[in-house]
Amino acid sequence: MTPVREMPGTAGAAWTIARKDLMVELRTRVAFLAAAVFAVLAAAIFFYAWDPTAVSALDLAPGVLWVIFTFSGLLALNRSFGAELTDRAIDALLVAPISREAVFLGKALANLIFVLGVLVVTVPAVVLFYNVSMSWSAVAALAGVVVLAAVGLVSVGTLFSAMAVNTRLAELLLPTIALPFLVPVVTSAAQATVLVMGGRPGSGVWEWIKLLTAFDLVFVAACTLAYPFTIER
Amino acid sequence: MVEARGLTRRFGNRWALAGIDLSLEAGDCLAVFGPNGAGKTTLLRVLAGLLDPTGGSARVGGIALPGGAATRAQVGLISHHTMLYPALTVRENVEFSARLHGLAAPHAAAAEALARLRVLDRADALVRTLSRGLQQRVSIARAFVHAPRIVLLDEPYTGLDATGAAALTTALAELRGAGAALILVTHHLEEGLAIATRLAVMRDGRFVRAEQREGVDPAAYAAEYRELTAVAG
Amino acid sequence: MGATSNVGVAGHGAGGAGGGAGAPARDESAPPGRDRAPTSAPRPFGALFWTAVAAVGVTYVRALAFTPVEALQGPAQKIFYLHAPAAFTALYLAFALMAISSVLYLWLRDPKLDRVAACSAEVGLAFTTVVLITGPLWAKPVWGTWWSGDARLTATLFLWLIILGYLAMRQAVEDRELRARYSAVLAILAGLLVPFIHLTVYLFRTLHPQPIVLKPSAPSMPAEMAVTFALAFVAFALLFVALLRARYRLALAAEAREEADGSGGPN
Repeated sequence: MTPVREMPGTAGAAWTIARKDLMVELRTRVAFLAAAVFAVLAAAIFFYAWDPTAVSALDLAPGVLWVIFTFSGLLALNRSFGAELTDRAIDALLVAPISREAVFLGKALANLIFVLGVLVVTVPAVVLFYNVSMSWSAVAALAGVVVLAAVGLVSVGTLFSAMAVNTRLAELLLPTIALPFLVPVVTSAAQATVLVMGGRPGSGVWEWIKLLTAFDLVFVAACTLAYPFTIER
Repeated sequence: MVEARGLTRRFGNRWALAGIDLSLEAGDCLAVFGPNGAGKTTLLRVLAGLLDPTGGSARVGGIALPGGAATRAQVGLISHHTMLYPALTVRENVEFSARLHGLAAPHAAAAEALARLRVLDRADALVRTLSRGLQQRVSIARAFVHAPRIVLLDEPYTGLDATGAAALTTALAELRGAGAALILVTHHLEEGLAIATRLAVMRDGRFVRAEQREGVDPAAYAAEYRELTAVAG
Repeated sequence: MGATSNVGVAGHGAGGAGGGAGAPARDESAPPGRDRAPTSAPRPFGALFWTAVAAVGVTYVRALAFTPVEALQGPAQKIFYLHAPAAFTALYLAFALMAISSVLYLWLRDPKLDRVAACSAEVGLAFTTVVLITGPLWAKPVWGTWWSGDARLTATLFLWLIILGYLAMRQAVEDRELRARYSAVLAILAGLLVPFIHLTVYLFRTLHPQPIVLKPSAPSMPAEMAVTFALAFVAFALLFVALLRARYRLALAAEAREEADGSGGPN
């Protein structure tokens, strides 16, 4: 009666969880639509609040892009652990023979794919609204910056979302504790975007990309190691 | 299968478990009765490997606590929370559980578990479209999919209709026949008396009474239970 | 100022809802409770506090009356005897202590360490607030603008926001043990964040065109100024310790009161 089994490794279990999260999202599509609509609306509002004779598009577009990134990202992250609490599905995850790190990495991976999905809508929206013309190499560089920034946002965001859902303030707490952590991410990404969109990459972009990469390395590791401490034992 | 000696667990200054001794063989079913706050749920969570004991010793399936993932691999946990994802289908939920437990053939294992709980015909329905009773049966299939050797049940009959209750009782008997040990926590005496081989009454973190089910008269037991758990002045 | 709010002592004992199953009789026979508040809490403001206040007073008398006026900045420079030691205390004493005791908490799980972290956060908030107020006060007469985007001051602003977030989270968690764990995790990550904030602010200034401003230069400081500065640093460190101790004792008293209210719910 005992079925054939092999204790799943961290990577395998993380993928199982990420796949499950994406399946839930694909089924409901609520969160993605909300975040994507928010992104386009925000881009439109920034556009109509803009005086093109006073500020050039290139000065404004990067800021708009990364402000939208920050808030649509937080919108996405709030949903991440909330779904686990509805019927205490999180208990089934925790009692499964998988590491806590796998739970964190699985949730983070799903969030990363989600945030990148929203960015696929956001970036073209901003580029079109502000009529930014970019070379293909600039597009590639921007894509790199977007991925690095998303990894940074998702690492701290997933951890804080896991904690915030268990507090009295729930969703309200996430921006309060997460935003200071996004200062290096958003500043680096926005500054790199200014240089890339302006067609003057040079060494400045590299400095910001190095900072983003360092942030990602430190916080992906730190948050993965910290997650098990947020669970009662 | 399950052995505990002087098992304790403290939360802050409060002892949720204040010294539990128990010993269960394969095929045993222990029913633990007690009022709210007696420490019943804590006992299950400690034995499930979700909480570390503060003191005492325990072996679950031959592995000493705290045994981490190795302990959790042998345990099936059922509570009044379904631990399901409402947006996924019945099959997807149970397959997800099978994958988390590293089963080689998650699809087949899920189908078998669903058949045992007589919900295979609803396998492709979304969980949120099912009645509470059906959801609870799916939840049981989720917890049984890896054929656990230790089954921990926290008020499992809550919300079950007659068919569901009968299916659960049959499934529990099958698991016991296959050599699993069961611990059923409840404050409904009839449920426990119906299937248990051993009985215990828990209060203030301790077993204040423990005996074999054999030879116990339900009516007399109920009267004595009320006396034991009456709020002392 | 938020520094005096009773953050970190709200909420009930471990556990959530339920009836009074934690029998007091059992508590007595339990293994030694490390987290027991003394029955009569010592007075929060003792001799140490008044010594620290006196030291700060002496420092300012000396700074204002017996230390020469800086030639370029004029009397505005005097604010540095407040600004610099407050900044030093906030970052290297309060914030560092918060992060270190949080690491130790996750290791040893001693509620004392959580209390130390919470109290240093609150005292740190007071000191960072002083930094944020005195910075612009100095900048206005000397640089001609309240907020010039100075790297260190901007970094302090983010530090201040992090501490506020930390204290907000403490308010939002009832369960003591859960609050301690979450706070420790947040404080440790905040410790890792500080170098990144400084790097970001530094890169932003070097890679971004900035108005050229007059920077206060330390090297050619006359001896009297150096002594006053040294005195100020010592006085602030002393004040930090005294405030920390006072806050710690108040927290203990509040916890004891809370326990006396008798809401130690199980499960």
